[in-house]
Amino acid sequence: MTTTMISNRTVTGEIAEQIAVLNYRYAQAIDDRRLDDWPDFFVEDGRYLIHPRENRDRGLEGYWIYCDSKRMMLDRVLSLKEVNLYNIHYDRHSISNVLVEDAGGGVYLARSNYTVMQTDTGGISTMFSVGEYFDQVVFIDGEPRFKEKIVVPDTFAVSPLVAIPL
Amino acid sequence: MAPDGNVGLSWPKDDLTMIPYGVYINADIFDLEMERIFHGPSWNYIGLEVEIPEPGDFVTTSVGTTPVVLNRGRDGSIHAFVNRCAHRGAQVVRETHGNTKVHTCIYHQWSYDHAGKLVGVPYRNGIHGNGGFPNDFEPGEHCLNKLRIEIFHGIVFGTFSEATPPLVEYMGTPLKERIEALCTRPIKVTGYQRQRVRGNWKLYIENVKDCYHGSLLHSFNSCFGMFRSTQRGSSVMGEHPYHSVLTTYGVAESEMVGENLGAIATHKPKFELEDSSVVNVFREHTDGMVTTILTMFPCFVLAQIANHLGFRLIRPISPDEFELVWTNFEYVDDEPWQSEVRRKQGNLLGPAGYLAMEDAEALELAQQSIHGDQGKGHAFIELGGRAFEDQDHLVTEVPIRGFWKGYCEIMGFATGDDTAASS
Repeated sequence: MTTTMISNRTVTGEIAEQIAVLNYRYAQAIDDRRLDDWPDFFVEDGRYLIHPRENRDRGLEGYWIYCDSKRMMLDRVLSLKEVNLYNIHYDRHSISNVLVEDAGGGVYLARSNYTVMQTDTGGISTMFSVGEYFDQVVFIDGEPRFKEKIVVPDTFAVSPLVAIPL
Repeated sequence: MAPDGNVGLSWPKDDLTMIPYGVYINADIFDLEMERIFHGPSWNYIGLEVEIPEPGDFVTTSVGTTPVVLNRGRDGSIHAFVNRCAHRGAQVVRETHGNTKVHTCIYHQWSYDHAGKLVGVPYRNGIHGNGGFPNDFEPGEHCLNKLRIEIFHGIVFGTFSEATPPLVEYMGTPLKERIEALCTRPIKVTGYQRQRVRGNWKLYIENVKDCYHGSLLHSFNSCFGMFRSTQRGSSVMGEHPYHSVLTTYGVAESEMVGENLGAIATHKPKFELEDSSVVNVFREHTDGMVTTILTMFPCFVLAQIANHLGFRLIRPISPDEFELVWTNFEYVDDEPWQSEVRRKQGNLLGPAGYLAMEDAEALELAQQSIHGDQGKGHAFIELGGRAFEDQDHLVTEVPIRGFWKGYCEIMGFATGDDTAASS
C-alpha cells in the first residue's frame, strides 16, 4: 500500500524531468485554485491519500483524505467548490528533492519534499504543512499521470483544517 | 482577579441562556479551570487499554494542560502519573509512545517504575564520601504525582481529586448505556488525527453538543442528501446536564441495498456524488441509530457517525488555543469489507472531513471576534427552550446550556440577576 524508495536505481534525464514537471504543474493548478484540473493529473483508478506522519510511522491508517478513484476526487472538488466552508486563503506549494526510480512494468516511483505556505485574508503567510510526496507515475500516451499520490505531512497536527488538496 | 468569585464575569440568567464572552478569552478563568475542573472532581479521558497492550507500554497525553503518562506495569496493572520529574521538574517521558522497563529523566537520571515510584537516584550516597543526599532522604517521598484511574470498557479515565465520585455514577445512565453499546466488542485503533484550533476549548465542547448547526454549517449533509434537522433524533442528558448523548435515527432496513449497504441519503439531494462509496453504510445497531455523539464533561467525546467510530479528546493549550485529538477505531472482528466502509467514511470526519472541516473555521471566527471585542457581551442560547430537559428531537441547544450549568457549579460561579452588575 505504501510507496517507498528502496534502492539507488535513480532515474535521471527526460523521464525524471517529466515527472518533476508533473509535480510542479500539479502544484500550480492547486495554487491557482484550478481545482477542476486536479483530478486530471491522475489515472481513472488513481489513488490520492493524505497519510499523516504520525500514523504512517506507527503502521496505522488514519488518513485525512482517502480517494481510491478519480471519481472520488471529482466529488471532493465539487464539494469544495459548492458545499464546504473553510478558511479563505491562498496556497503556495514548493516542491524539491524530486528523486525518481524505475519500478518496472512502466511504473516509476517518485519521492519529493513539499512545503505549503498559506496566506490569509489579512495578508499574513504561515507555514501550513511540510512533508513528503510518495508517487507512483505511469505514462499514458506519453503523458505522465499519477497512479498514486500519498501525501505524508510531517505537520501531523494540522492548523486548523485541510480543505484544498496538499 | 476580581474579588467577587466570578472573576469579573456576569451570568445574568439562572437558566444559562446568556454566556459572558469573557469566559472564552480570560487568562484567569483558564487558570481557574485547570485548578477547579481538570484538577478538580472530574473524570478525564487518558487513553485506551488497547493502546498499551504489553507490560511496559506507555502513551503520553494530558489532563487539561498537565502532561500525563499512561502505562502498563510488569504485572499488567495500569497506572497514570504526571510527566514531571519530582527532582527539578523536567519532562520525564519524551516519546509520544513506546515500551520501557523504567522511566528515566534525562536531566539527572532519576528513574521511576511504571507506577511512578522513584527507584533510582544517582549519587544518592555521594562519591568517595563527598556530597550525596542527606541521611533523611526518603525516595518514597519523591514519587511522580499519580492520578486515580478507573477503566470502563477499555477506556481509561483519570482524576486528580479524591472527591470525584465513582466513574459510573459520574457518567450517569445514558452515557453508560451508549458506551456499553459501542465498546463491548474488542476494538482496534485505526489511527490518530490532530487539529490545532485557535479557539477556546469550550467552543468545541459546545460545538459537539450543538444540534442547531449540524445541517446548517455542514452543508454536505443537506446538499448531498444525508441529514436534516427533521430526521428523528433525541437529545439526552440523563442525571447530569453537563454530559449529553445526541442521536439521530435513519435508514430503515427495507431501504438497505446490496451487501447490507445503503446510502445514508434522507431526501433528494442538490448534488449527486460520482462515487457514493463514501456514504455507503451498513447496519450496525438494531435500534437504527445512525449518529450518536456522546460527550462527557469536561473534554471527552465518543462519536459514531454512520459506521465511523472515534474518540475525541479536547486538549486545552491556552485560552485561545486547543488541540483536538481524534482516536479512530474499528472492531477487531470486522470483516475486511467493513473496514473498507469505515476507511471510506473517514473522508467525512477529521481535519479534512466533509462533515467536520467547517467546525474549526467557525470556532476560529468566534474566537477572533470575541477577542477583538474584548470579551464584551453575552452569547444567546435559547433554541429548544429555557428548561434543562431531555428532548426527542434535535432542534435544540439545551445540551449546551447543560454544559454551562455543570461548568458554573464546578467553577463556583454564581448565576442569576444579582451577578449582572459588571461587564
